[in-house]
Amino acid sequence: MNDMQTMTAETRLSNDAAPKMTARDVSVYYGAKKAIDCVSIDVSQEHVTAFIGPSGCGKSTFLRTLNRMNDTIANARVDGAIELDGENIYAPSMDVVQLRARVGMVFQKPNPFPKSIYENVAYGPRIHGLAAGRSEMDAIVEQSLKRAGLWEEVKDRLQESGTALSGGQQQRLCIARAIAVEPEVILMDEPCSALDPIATAKIEELIHELRGRYAIVIVTHNMQQAARVSQRTAFFHLGNLVEYGETSEIFTNPRVERTKDYITGRYG
Amino acid sequence: MSETASPRAPTDWKGNAMQRRIRRRYAAERRFRWLGLGAILISAAFLAFLLVTMIGKGAGGFRQTEIRLDLDFPRTGLLASSTGGEIEGAVAAAADAQFGPDGARLLSDSAWTRVERAIERDPSLLQRKETLWLAAATNVDTAYKGNGDAGSEAIVSRLDQRDVLRTSFNTDFLVSADATDPASVGIWGAFKGSLLTMIVTLALAFPIGVLSAVYLEEYAKRNRWTDFVEVSINNLAAVPSIIFGLLGLAVFLNTLHLPRSAPIVGGLTLALMTMPVIVIAGRNAIKSVPPSIRDAALGIGASKVQVVFHHVLPLALPGILTGTIIGMARALGETAPLLMIGMRAFIATPPAGIAAPASVLPVQIFLWSDEVSRGFVEKTSAAIIVLLVFLLAMNGLAIYLRNKFERRW
Repeated sequence: MNDMQTMTAETRLSNDAAPKMTARDVSVYYGAKKAIDCVSIDVSQEHVTAFIGPSGCGKSTFLRTLNRMNDTIANARVDGAIELDGENIYAPSMDVVQLRARVGMVFQKPNPFPKSIYENVAYGPRIHGLAAGRSEMDAIVEQSLKRAGLWEEVKDRLQESGTALSGGQQQRLCIARAIAVEPEVILMDEPCSALDPIATAKIEELIHELRGRYAIVIVTHNMQQAARVSQRTAFFHLGNLVEYGETSEIFTNPRVERTKDYITGRYG
Repeated sequence: MSETASPRAPTDWKGNAMQRRIRRRYAAERRFRWLGLGAILISAAFLAFLLVTMIGKGAGGFRQTEIRLDLDFPRTGLLASSTGGEIEGAVAAAADAQFGPDGARLLSDSAWTRVERAIERDPSLLQRKETLWLAAATNVDTAYKGNGDAGSEAIVSRLDQRDVLRTSFNTDFLVSADATDPASVGIWGAFKGSLLTMIVTLALAFPIGVLSAVYLEEYAKRNRWTDFVEVSINNLAAVPSIIFGLLGLAVFLNTLHLPRSAPIVGGLTLALMTMPVIVIAGRNAIKSVPPSIRDAALGIGASKVQVVFHHVLPLALPGILTGTIIGMARALGETAPLLMIGMRAFIATPPAGIAAPASVLPVQIFLWSDEVSRGFVEKTSAAIIVLLVFLLAMNGLAIYLRNKFERRW
């Protein structure tokens, strides 16, 4: 009953058995400025969830609260509760380093480390002690690069610098790096905004393949992209979650006027 | 969108006023290029002047006039066990015999040490006659190089006719320490002192400076205290070096009673001076590491320390090293603070360790430049050349390290 009152946004979803992540009444402040206002949302394991909305609407900010990347911003403050598998990620007992390994992130601009391709992928497993030896690490690197659809392109030059790859390859390397630590959730913050259409198509294809294995949340400016890759879409506007539902519903039959205006291109 | 009351006239791109403007623009470009070129030429000329003067004056310091002395060892009665005094006496007697009365004064005060070394190398020398080239006295040395007074010139021309003079490379200058006689001074003592002092400075200033920079950039919260610390560090970097000397005197010598005139105290004092430079350079280098690298590492669950040591520091290292070398180069050339902590003493032996009394290159130059004897002029210039070579070597090392660690992202 309580949930019904707090979920202020127009939300219509068939209830999940157990959502992977749940956010309840999450507000984010930068100093005195309120960037996110009372957002409540469930992220499911099986679906790709897209966050759409005009620039500055807070979708990236909200995404970054899901793995506490906002902690690195000096005056940011988060209210409300976010749970991963029923565990409050803002609880003092939650180890933020482990949380970020479980909830991986891919950033807007490809940001490989200025190290070799191999080292880029191996870094995460190494710091978390996920590989017992050299051969195990080799296997993890190969598997991650394969899942990221990059293996065929780089298998002969694993020792070359990751920064020497093309933009799209770099972004897939970043995805390989994120999945190398076997996260449960992958957050993608506009992963294709710096890429050309062909590279974008490859990333979208990759998202399709990764779906189901990881819970995926993607922030995008591009509404066609949201329609293509996601099963659920949340529309953010001015720090509020305006509407959240099945992607097909949101795009064909939005209930809220603001959503309809945005989707039909009235503003954005 | 109606037209405004006074529509603008179309721009006349070919008109006279426009042509004049273009000409003025070209003239300004040319003027600026010439000014820049002039500035470069002036600084290059200064540098060339410095180098030419120093090398011209100092080259003589690396050369030494030697006098040929025939020694009939069996007649001198020297034994393998003879003391230095006995050797000195025998050498003086031989010189008197060959060059007339006062012949011994043509040789440098330490000329006999070369005979001693020769005997040590080959004791069979004592059984035969041998001709040795020994360092000449200062007045002979300067006169033979063309800077002497009239009296010495006469002696030199007399000796030159007997063909007993030559100049050779002055290895003694590179291996011995300070002395009262300019013919027998060496730079090794001051060089080693500088080296030890620099090691102490680097060992203290580098880790403390880098850790401070990391803490201030990556850990400290921005508030009034960090602002205060930042301003203090910037001010510290601008404090005149002699003040650091006074601080070193008060703290290290008077309070902690560390040994006077030792590289450890010099190093500590110079470390105080160098640290702010390293902190400032380090902070700038750390700041210039793109935040996306930190995000990337944090995003896969690296801890703060892992982010700093695996990613930020390696990328910031070239910048930090550059700043460190600039600070160290300044410390190497620093004289004033070292004078305050008693490093101006006359030290005739190279320092054995960081707690032994030592001299350093810039102070040695300062001391020699103060000497009255003419022989010290070229020694001063030679010491300056050694200091410059030391600096160049340090800068070369910095450039090498920077290129080695430089990575692009």
